[in-house]
Amino acid sequence: MPAALVNVPPKARRGDVIEIKTLMSHIMETGYRHTAAGDVVPRDIITSFTCRYNGTEIFRADFFPAIAANPFMSFFTVAKDSGKFEFEWIGDNGFSETASAAITVE
Amino acid sequence: MNLRFAIACASLLLAAFPLLAGEIPPNQRRSGYSFIAPDTKAIQDDDTANPGMLFVLDGETLWKKKIGAADKSCADCHGDAASTMKGVAARYPAFDKGLARPVNIEQRVNLCRANHQQASPLAYESHDLLALTAFVARQSRGVAISTGDDPALAPFVARGRERFMQRQGQLNLSCANCHDDNWDRKLAGSAITQAHPTGYPLYRLEWQSLGSLERRLRSCISGIRAQAYDYGAPELVELELYLMSRARGMAMETPAVRP
Repeated sequence: MPAALVNVPPKARRGDVIEIKTLMSHIMETGYRHTAAGDVVPRDIITSFTCRYNGTEIFRADFFPAIAANPFMSFFTVAKDSGKFEFEWIGDNGFSETASAAITVE
Repeated sequence: MNLRFAIACASLLLAAFPLLAGEIPPNQRRSGYSFIAPDTKAIQDDDTANPGMLFVLDGETLWKKKIGAADKSCADCHGDAASTMKGVAARYPAFDKGLARPVNIEQRVNLCRANHQQASPLAYESHDLLALTAFVARQSRGVAISTGDDPALAPFVARGRERFMQRQGQLNLSCANCHDDNWDRKLAGSAITQAHPTGYPLYRLEWQSLGSLERRLRSCISGIRAQAYDYGAPELVELELYLMSRARGMAMETPAVRP
């Protein structure tokens, strides 16, 4: 299983704007490169990233070949309730990874 | 015989003086970190944004994985890396008594695999070798580099230094021409830097991956249009050794991020 790093503040006050950061290991091969022999290196990228906060989707991004290897995402949300953030990365060749992080909202 | 020896000594001494002129005084040494853009610094400083940490995480898994005919993990001998590996990368390349020459940290991992785990060696720049070396070197973050303390290393450091000063390739440049004499200037818009290997293996945005010091040296050598030494070649290890001993006292920052 490839390594992923998620950074969610463990604690926040209700109504706070919080930053969420994620890093996923992936080669993000564009599909536009060729080997020395002239063969195309097949595309292998993450195509979609989703974040759910207690089951509700709060962020989604579509990825394309121009995105660098090991994509890093940073986005903001409002801390409403204690619970769980779930992250999902989906990509070529059946790539599918998940991660989660808990938050306590006071 | 004696006369010839004396002449040889004298010419060596004479040759050494102009070379010493360009060396960087210790109080002016700067890590490559001080040359990079604020955005790149921010990536390195945040362990959840630093892509090198993905390799460190993988390395931690590999550290605990039992492998080879001996069915042993790194942790079975070395225990908790946080204490046993602290400062280790800061003194590599180190002298290996059995081989009677210095070995770098990649070679040390593969020697351990061969001798203690009875496992096949990992290829240079393979994901697993980078992950393991990054994990080991990460334990030395903040530790002052102490490579070259072992007196047995002296002749190898001297040879590495010679190679650093030696003009080579179609462009007829030595490492020192850029990194001792012109580190405060730019080359094609990029900072030249002082070539202190404080953060290896490091993540280069250009590579889109982690890479070892040898990879960096090989691309520099190709840049001056010389024939690069093979990975693990004694010449490259000596150059690594010289560079690390030249950076003695500077803090390790593995895994560093560079443009």
